Amino acid sequence: MSKQTELVGLARTTKLDEVNDAYDAGALSNRNMVINGAMNVAQRSASVAAVATDGYYTLDRWHINMGTTSAGRLTMSQTADGPNNISANCLKLDCTTADTSIAAGEFILLSQKFEGQNLQRIGKGVVGAKQVTVSFYVKASASFTFGLELYDNDNSRQITKLFDTTTDWVRHEITFPADVDDGSSPLDDDNANSLQLQFWLNGGATYTGGTLNTASWANDTSANRAAGIDSFFSNTANNFFITGVQMEVGPVATEFEQEEISVTENKCFRYFQKFDSVGANYQRYGVGFNYSTTGHSNPIKLLTPMRAVPAVGTTGTAANYAINHNADAVTACNGVPTLAGAADNPKHSIGITCTVSSGLDAGDVGLLISNNNVSSFLSFDAEL
Amino acid sequence: MINNMTITNAKYNKDNLTDANCSISCIANGEHVSVPLDEANRHYAEILKQVAAGTLTIQEAV
Repeated sequence: MSKQTELVGLARTTKLDEVNDAYDAGALSNRNMVINGAMNVAQRSASVAAVATDGYYTLDRWHINMGTTSAGRLTMSQTADGPNNISANCLKLDCTTADTSIAAGEFILLSQKFEGQNLQRIGKGVVGAKQVTVSFYVKASASFTFGLELYDNDNSRQITKLFDTTTDWVRHEITFPADVDDGSSPLDDDNANSLQLQFWLNGGATYTGGTLNTASWANDTSANRAAGIDSFFSNTANNFFITGVQMEVGPVATEFEQEEISVTENKCFRYFQKFDSVGANYQRYGVGFNYSTTGHSNPIKLLTPMRAVPAVGTTGTAANYAINHNADAVTACNGVPTLAGAADNPKHSIGITCTVSSGLDAGDVGLLISNNNVSSFLSFDAEL
Repeated sequence: MINNMTITNAKYNKDNLTDANCSISCIANGEHVSVPLDEANRHYAEILKQVAAGTLTIQEAV
């Protein structure tokens, strides 16, 4: 054996040992299936008040579902109050209107939804299925018992574990058993919603009236999904803070996986992108051409390919948008930008159509810009 | 699980090249969106659900 070979062999042995240590210390990447678990990316808004309906409001990928209309209201925000060495940020829910008369169909779910093609490593619903461990840092304004559920959206199966809050940050590590089921209910290997990781923060009798299904996966029985939880809407003094959310394969919670902001942002861009005016007038969205004296077509290049063809969001005010054309003329739109093309829009570029009342030169190039307005934006939503 | 997305003012848009319906403009939970005719899009899936339930009508493009 040559000296060089011996050195290579020694290096290999040393590296394997280091890998084990590194894994224990959380240095290896891509363990965490949760996106934006550190609550660092909030493209839509940093804070939204009076949340009362289903939707994505602030932090990317984190969805609020509130079921039957409740009198309760909350503010959802990205807050700079994370636990030291984990994240500077957390997701905060603040109860602003209490509801002490919970209707049967009411609930509050804070969820993240996963594409089935990103979860095949779990092997859920087939022979050889693996355990999953979820860890997270949580605190609240008082002691509460809430639920953490994994919900298989492809096969309508679920399991819920309870956890308690205190007024200090506490890390919970919760391992869910493997779900072999009958070996024939895998998660779909596609871009649709296969699994939901969701925190139950309120639930009416429809979801709390039975016995909590906590020991093993079972077919969905609504009454067994959240039995034993408290209500976040019980008092306007209630606050809930969470960050450092991680879901990984196996029975062990490793240290929260840190990642650079650019990595998290790019993961989020698959589901939502927002081009805003960054507080300035006449920001340029993209270059297109005028197909008539009143029509402008603009293929907007997306930051990354998206999960599906996105819905295009606007301010709803036509005059917030304009076409910059013909020796720097600026002509305000008379309709908000709309999505052009059919459902076969490519996932990396989206066609936008804008109209003005008159004045474009057909065949000329033009820019779609924010008009004399600092709050104009275009958003692209392909969330689950 | 119930989702309660409120959708109003739904109206088809036509593509300038093909003159075929290509998207639906609407207000979804207060947000103004232009929705692709693609069932993988959650807004369109919800529109289809509400149309099937008879609670939403989509106006034709003008």
